[in-house]
This record gives sequence, structure tokens and C-alpha cells, in this order.
Amino acid sequence: MTATAFTINGKTANVEAEPDTPLLWVVREHLKLTGTKFGCGSGLCGACTVHIDGKAVRSCQIAVSKVAGRKVTTIEGLSPNGQHPLQKAWIAEQVPQCGYCQSGQIMQAAALLATNKKPTREQIVTHMDGNICRCGTYPRIVRAIQRAAREA
Amino acid sequence: MTIHIKNGSLDTSISRRGFVAGAASLTFAFTLGGMGRGGEALGATQPTKFNAFVSIAVDNTITVICPSAEMGQGVYTSLPLILAEELDADWSKVKTEFAPANPKVYGNYHRLFEGAQITAASVAVAGYFTPLRMAGAQARKVLLDAAADKWKVPASELTTDKSTITHKKSGRKITYGEVAAFASVPSEPPKVGEGDLKKPSQFKLIGRKDIGRSDVPLKVNGSAKYGIDVQVPGMLYASVLQSPMEGAKPKDVNIPDIMKVKGVTKVIPLPFGVAVIGDTVEATRSGLQTLKATWDTSGATAAGFDSDKAKDDYAAKAKDPNAETKVEYQVGDVKAGLSGAAKTVEAGYWSEYTYHAQMEPMNAVAQVSEDGKSADIWTGTQFGALAALIISGILKTTPDQIRVHQQFLGGGYGRRIWPDAAIQATILSNITKKPVKLILTREEDIAAARPRPMTHHLLRAGLDAKGNVVGWHHRLVSENVDAVAAPPRFKATGGKDYIGARGLDQAFYAIPNALAEYVREERGMRVHAWRGIGSGYNKFAAEAFLDEVAQTAGKNPLEMRLELTKDQPRANAVIKAVAEMSDFKRNRPGHGMGIAFADYHDTLSAGVAEISLDQTTGKIKVHNYWIAVDPGVVIQPDHVHAQLESAVIYGLSAALIEQFAVKDGTVQATNFDNYPVMRMSEVPEIHTKIVATSNPPSGMGEIGVVTVAPAIANAVFQLTGKRLRHLPMTAERVKKTLA
Repeated sequence: MTATAFTINGKTANVEAEPDTPLLWVVREHLKLTGTKFGCGSGLCGACTVHIDGKAVRSCQIAVSKVAGRKVTTIEGLSPNGQHPLQKAWIAEQVPQCGYCQSGQIMQAAALLATNKKPTREQIVTHMDGNICRCGTYPRIVRAIQRAAREA
Repeated sequence: MTIHIKNGSLDTSISRRGFVAGAASLTFAFTLGGMGRGGEALGATQPTKFNAFVSIAVDNTITVICPSAEMGQGVYTSLPLILAEELDADWSKVKTEFAPANPKVYGNYHRLFEGAQITAASVAVAGYFTPLRMAGAQARKVLLDAAADKWKVPASELTTDKSTITHKKSGRKITYGEVAAFASVPSEPPKVGEGDLKKPSQFKLIGRKDIGRSDVPLKVNGSAKYGIDVQVPGMLYASVLQSPMEGAKPKDVNIPDIMKVKGVTKVIPLPFGVAVIGDTVEATRSGLQTLKATWDTSGATAAGFDSDKAKDDYAAKAKDPNAETKVEYQVGDVKAGLSGAAKTVEAGYWSEYTYHAQMEPMNAVAQVSEDGKSADIWTGTQFGALAALIISGILKTTPDQIRVHQQFLGGGYGRRIWPDAAIQATILSNITKKPVKLILTREEDIAAARPRPMTHHLLRAGLDAKGNVVGWHHRLVSENVDAVAAPPRFKATGGKDYIGARGLDQAFYAIPNALAEYVREERGMRVHAWRGIGSGYNKFAAEAFLDEVAQTAGKNPLEMRLELTKDQPRANAVIKAVAEMSDFKRNRPGHGMGIAFADYHDTLSAGVAEISLDQTTGKIKVHNYWIAVDPGVVIQPDHVHAQLESAVIYGLSAALIEQFAVKDGTVQATNFDNYPVMRMSEVPEIHTKIVATSNPPSGMGEIGVVTVAPAIANAVFQLTGKRLRHLPMTAERVKKTLA
């Protein structure tokens, strides 16, 4: 076990874990921030997407030792009261069904809007294509991102 | 359906006692059920429970119990909404709680389930519609009686709206919460009948477009709790290398190597696989990566099974006149119909195994009590009552000693009917005497797949001189899903397959002589219900074949369907609606248009696909999908549209991409790289339309899946003149057909 210190959702975390532990399990099981989901463990589905220093990253694919001293943001820390324009748009467009992939979808989308305030439909689709939604909420995800871009 | 445990194994009896919702004389006398305390006023300190489904607190919060699983299909909202309608509740104050597994109180009396508490077959709204309305009306009656008693006025002079009772004559008003503070709920609850219910024109909540889903806010901020999110104090983690096929037992396991992995505390070979127990989930994952096992497959039916090689056997069985068959649908005399036909058409169809690919891998937390006679199970399940039943058999106790704590489901689609993760977690907790959290890896979730079966279909049709269909013969060859997923029903029906044979019938087409029969293959796969069940492949074969019949008859596929449904106004209406919205008859150069019709558990639907084709690669591109649906009374219109979008995409994925082969009894897929599912970039424009009628509400979870595959196959035929008769219609397969 090694202690790793990093910032998560604005707070300092100091976690005892094997250095090669995927960040995903540290976030979910050690820090009990369960909004970030486990889907495939291989970076193929996007359910575990978090931000590291503002960039969307698959938390199942990065060892906790690699985030030492960095800033991690999960769905719980995306906005103070769940009022991020994307979260509001997700409700307005009634996106989630089973909802399991949606934290990852929102975190992935937030990274897009952070650098591209008015993405085209094509840019949205390209950016989001690594995130699987088995319920097929894709049309509503696109509409919600467009709405958030419009209303932000 | 009722299931009993006898000597630790499942035994069966089918209850025919179940009543049919919708009968005019139906009355309900809901008891308090569960933890209820009847006959006393308790509103001052805690919410007053009016019956098993609803309680009201002094602050006007109304809690409605949701007896079904929320796996994305919206029952967490739609079921409470139905009760709230008759209660005349203030919807903004209504909260949902999941019911415990207690079929006596919370069972679904839809004709398919007869009181079993299972969420499947898209019949939650259909089955609970009338009972929940009755429960709401009954609670309202208790409130009215209490207010009338307090004010010394006749209850008939009182009106209700938004959780408030008004006495117009005196101008007095009182909220439900205020009444709940003093109301006594009679131990003999008032009876309510259909006459006490609102007319559809009086609905204030049902049918509203602006009412969103109650779970949506929880699902955009990470606070919705799924089974995988549960943590209990002192719990251990487990990963289980799943047996590659049913009945395969671990033989040699490199236990000493695994025990060297930091954090691994135990390795346990079990009949269903090899469990790695540890202090952290990551330790059990590392242990799993180190694990090497050989398997004793002497007791496994699937040993040696090769799904490609087996196809010759399936094809032979389809043609064998002496094969043992089960009749699943019959009208008239198909032999006479076919032998007297002016022309006959024959074709064979196929579908491959598909995997649910629910985004939340199977998991459960189990805590067996110290004496081993009771357990708490936290999981998201479609059939908590079955989990309780099986686990009570394992612990040699009674189902009421198994408390299943229902969580949100990260996708179900049929996969979460079978409670294998809960069973395994319980066994591990019983061995370790600690709470155990089991999370399957994606790879193990696929290894333990409970797939839609591989199927083969042989269809024959006869046409008279005018091109009318006078004979229809559909033979399905596949493994029996009921035998694995619903053994009680399999036994009770003498070996039929309700799940696998769904959609073999032609109840909406005027075909005078028809026979649909089923021939069983026994290959040992863990075949199961998969969104749309048998209708997914049976309607693919039947609706694509119908286009072949139309071609032989020299008829337009749309006109033929309209003609066949001319005496079925609801079916006819959805076909007309989709033809109109898609402008079906308009020629699109370079594109093909295909149509299909399907019913599913009383919901009717028709779909149209517009496709183009890359002739070099064989890749089909779907540009547009139009779908019209008649689900009777619509509870939540926006959600009906959402379910159609969802199921169409699930259907597109199955039609175009999804399949796995089986070699040596083992699933030949491991993760989303070699079992791809549809992603955003492949999704067409989806256009949905509700053709609402005043019929009793039927389900929306699966109907959208069913028309997609045949509509695409029919569109490809219109464009190329080539028939695609094998699911999925992958680029490789299409290329071969075009060559």
C-alpha cells in the first residue's frame, strides 16, 4: 500500500492503495463517490469518465499513482448543486433511462463544451462516440448538449 | 405463476386463480400489507399508511410504493402516477419507494404472471394499471370519510384536487396531510370498484406531456443508487471466474499463485466458478488475472458445442417431417391450405446468439445472518421474489427470511430476471460469514451470458390464383428458453416455449390456414429472455418472408399488409400511420424503403426503414426509421416516445451488429471490442408517432425492437433485389449475399 494525495472535487484526498489501482476503484470504493460507474474496465464504454485537470479521462485506465498532485473531478463535483448547464439540459430533454452511463456521458460532454462552446452536431457525435448508452438515449444526448450550448 | 422450493430444488405449479384486470365487477380490498399499522391514527409522528401502496405524511408528502423494477422503462414514475391520478394527489409531493419482494402484496396480476412479482414482458403498466387506480381511489375514500366525519357533512358533498379536500357549501378546505394527522385507517378498508374510478376525460396527470420522470434528477448528479453502489460495513469483495458453461466445474486451480496477490484473502472453487475474495475490489481483480483454471465439463450439456457446426443439424431438423414438434399457433388446416395453393414460397432464416450488454455488470451485496437462516441482499433485480425463493432454498429457510433491497438497475433487458449474482454473493457470504460484495468483470458478465438463442426458421406460404395468402407454415428450431428461464411454465405447458415462441403467431393477419410449430434443440446454453424475446427473431423471419410472399404475389408490401389487416382496425391504423409519416411510396433514388408490422403483448406497431448500402463493403446505412405505435391509453407521452427511440436503437444494434459464436460450449466474446453495440455515430434519425386509442394500456419497453430487423431486410431487398435472411446483417454477411 502506498499513500497517494490528489484533489478530488476541490477537496484533498489521501488514499492508501496499491499504486497500480485504477482510479475508478479508488473513487468508487475508497472515496465512496459512486456516481462514476464501472462498465467495461478496458476503456471501451466511457461509463467511468471523470476529468483530470479538466480533461475527460477513462478512470478505469489510469492508475491512482498517476494522479498524484492532480485535480480530479467526478459527476458529484461537476457543479455545486447539480446546476451545470448540461445537467439542466439533461433534465429538460429527459435523457436518462436506466441512467447508468449518464454520469460518464455528462462528464464527456462537459469536457467538450469547456473547449468548444458551440459544437456542431458532427463535433458532438465525434466527441461522444466512445461513450456507450445501451438504452439508446443518443438522440436525446445530442439534443441536450445542443440545448446546453444554446442556453449556457 | 407460482414457484415452490421442494427439497432445495425448484418445483412448480401454475396458479390459474389469478384474476384478470379490467373485469367490470372487479373490486379490491387492499390490506395494509408489510409494516402497516391499521386502525390507529399515527400521522402525527410518522406517515399514515392507507394501504400497501400509499402513505401520506403531515407535510403532505405522499409516498407510493413501486412494485416493479426501474431499469430504464419508467415505472418509477408511471406506476405512482397512476395511483396519484385516482388519489387526486399533488404530483409535486409524490415520492417513490421500491417495494420489498412480497408477491402476496405486490404481485403483478397480468395474465402472463398471475401474481408473480416480476418485472418483465413490458406488462408492469398493463398489469398494475387497475390495481393502482383502485389503491388510489381507496385511499381517497378513506380521506374523504375522515374529513366528512370531522366536519359532520356527507362525504358526497366533498371534492378533491391536488391533495386538498374542499367542502364547497361551507367553503372549508383541508389538505390530505392535515387529514392524515388524525385519520383512522379502518382495519377493514373500504371497497372500491370500477365505478369509483375516473373517466379518462377526468384525468389530470395521466397523459400529460409536461410530467417528467422522477428518477431523472437523480441520474444526472450521480446520486441514483444502483446495486453496484451499495456498501455495507465490514464487507469483503469478491470476483468470480465464471464457469464457461452451465455445469462445468473447476478442476485444477492455481490457488497458491493467487494467494500471493496482495489483498487476496481466500480462493474458493465452487460449482459455478472460482471465487477470489479480498479486502479490496482491485485485489480480487488482480487475483482474477492471475487465476488459471481447468474445467471438468463431464456434467455440462454444452461441452463441445460449436454454434457454427451445429447449423447443419438445425437445418436438418427444420426439414425433418418426423421431428418432434410443439404447436405454438394454429388456425384452419395448413396442409390443405398449402396443397391447394396455386403457388408456394419457401425460405429459411437464421439468427445468432446475442448478449444483453446491460451497462451495469451483474453484481450483488449479500449479508447472511450469523445463524445462516436469513439474509439481506442488495441488488437491482427484475425478479427479487425469485432471488428470495432460490436463496431461501440454499439457506434452508423461508423466502420471508430473505430481505431483497431493491436498487436501480443499470439496464435489465431480461438479464436481471435470473439472480445469479445474488445467489453467488449469498453463498460466499455464508462461507466467509461476512457481508460480500460481488461485482462481475465485463469479461465474466459475458462468460456468464444468458443470451437470446441462435435460431433457425423454415417458412412456407401458399397463394391462391388471386395472390391471397391461403397457407402459412412457420417452423422454429432453437433451444427452449422457458426450459432454462421459466422451468415451472416449461413443465406446465408440456415443453412449449412461451418466451422463445413469442411472435410465431399471425393473430392480426387474415390468413385462413396457419401453423407455427417449435422444434427443440438441446445445446446446454443459458438461453434467456432478451428485450423483445422470441418476437425479435420470429417477426424478423415472418415479416421479411411476408415480403417474399408479396413479391411472388406481385403485390406491394404495404398494400399486402393493409389487405391482411383490413379486419383489424388497430393494426391497420398503425400500418397506415407509418406509411403516411414516412411517405412510404415515394421513391428515393439510391435508397431502399422497407416496412414491417408487429404486435407484442397487446401493443401494436409498424416501422419503416430507409437505407442505403455500400456495395463494396456490404455495410448497411440506416438513414431514417419511422415507427408508429398503439399502446392503448398513454400514461406518459414523452416517455412512450423515449421508449420507442430506445428500443429502435436496441433493435438496430441487434439487426446490424450483434452476435457471438460458441465454441466448445464457451461464449466467443469478451468485451465491447469484440462484442460491439450501437454507438452514437451509427444512429439514424428516428421518427416516432403515437396512435393513441382508449384501449387498456399495454407495454412500451420492447415493442420498438421488433419491426427493425425485418424492415431493414425488406428495404435492402427493395434496393438490391437480394434477400437478407440471417441476423445480424453484418457488412460481411451482406457482402456475401450480394456477391
